[in-house]
Amino acid sequence: MQEYGITILFGLVAGFVARWLMLRNDYRHYPTYPHGHVTHLALGFIAAALGAVAVPAIAKPDYVAVTFLTLAAQQFRDVRNIERETLNKLEETKLIPRGTDYIEGIARVFEARNYLCIFTALLSSGAYHLIKFWAIPVAFMAIFASMTLMRGMVLGDVVDIEEGHIHFQKSLLMVDDVVIMNVGLESTREKIMAEGMGLILHPKDDNARLTLHAPGQRMAILHDVVSILGTKVDIAETELMPMIRKQVDKGYYALFIVANEPDIQYLRQIVEKVPVLESAQGSTLSSYLGRKAAD
Amino acid sequence: MDTALREIILAIVTLYPDKVRGGGCPVFCVSSVEEQNRVSLLLARTLGGLVHDLENGVYFISKH
Repeated sequence: MQEYGITILFGLVAGFVARWLMLRNDYRHYPTYPHGHVTHLALGFIAAALGAVAVPAIAKPDYVAVTFLTLAAQQFRDVRNIERETLNKLEETKLIPRGTDYIEGIARVFEARNYLCIFTALLSSGAYHLIKFWAIPVAFMAIFASMTLMRGMVLGDVVDIEEGHIHFQKSLLMVDDVVIMNVGLESTREKIMAEGMGLILHPKDDNARLTLHAPGQRMAILHDVVSILGTKVDIAETELMPMIRKQVDKGYYALFIVANEPDIQYLRQIVEKVPVLESAQGSTLSSYLGRKAAD
Repeated sequence: MDTALREIILAIVTLYPDKVRGGGCPVFCVSSVEEQNRVSLLLARTLGGLVHDLENGVYFISKH
């Protein structure tokens, strides 16, 4: 037992640190709430323990013991369900909802992080078992790999963003030549002209066009923007609802928002950093006919 | 569970009563653009809807 004690501890610590570093608590409350921190750190600890124990189990040799890793898979699928349920419940009281696509993405990321945590613990304890203290750089590399693997594409990679000009065509609110909505009240129009901001999102290719076409992706963009810059929408006062609408003929999109912090350059940067959701990600160019049609 | 009437016209505020026909929602007749704006604003705030302009002197309030 003694000989494997340090091996297990080494893997456990490496896995736990990986989970800790992957846990981010930022401005969007994405993905953790303060109490969620404790839950996820505890689960991360369990995941790390499972990963760390696997190598001594094989070395002993007790091959059957490795089958408990299958239990882990079941356990962490539940993590996904927990996250999904929580966020779906919270959605009901949100003025600017995240959208189910975003929630699904977040839930999946949570599950995946636990697997990466197991992977880090497994690799680190394995390395310790073979090369003793030379395993420290291996552990660092595994943690680093886990963190880079979790970094998905962001909107800035697939979309060109420029400032849009907000104006009215009679009662129609427009950003450049994209119709956003009909605004009746003169006072609301004046407010929009004074404080509104507009962006034009040009998809770089057909995949990106399809990505932005998904309402789920658009909701995610608006949710991120609103959770950082704020919005002047209130309960029963939804005139200034932020929106993303499509220029149907030319295929680009316009974003409109009246934010509490009217800083267009930050608005642009926020939109650039919105994650491209897996469920909304277009992949038309990977199909033969999609490539043929894209001209 | 929240129940609301959505995507239908909740009220009409018109400068020209002869341009509106039919029932289903109250029609408010007003005599000036200022009154129209004020009445529409009050209706929209209480109903939680949006004011839309048909560009012919008729405003309507609808919830989305």
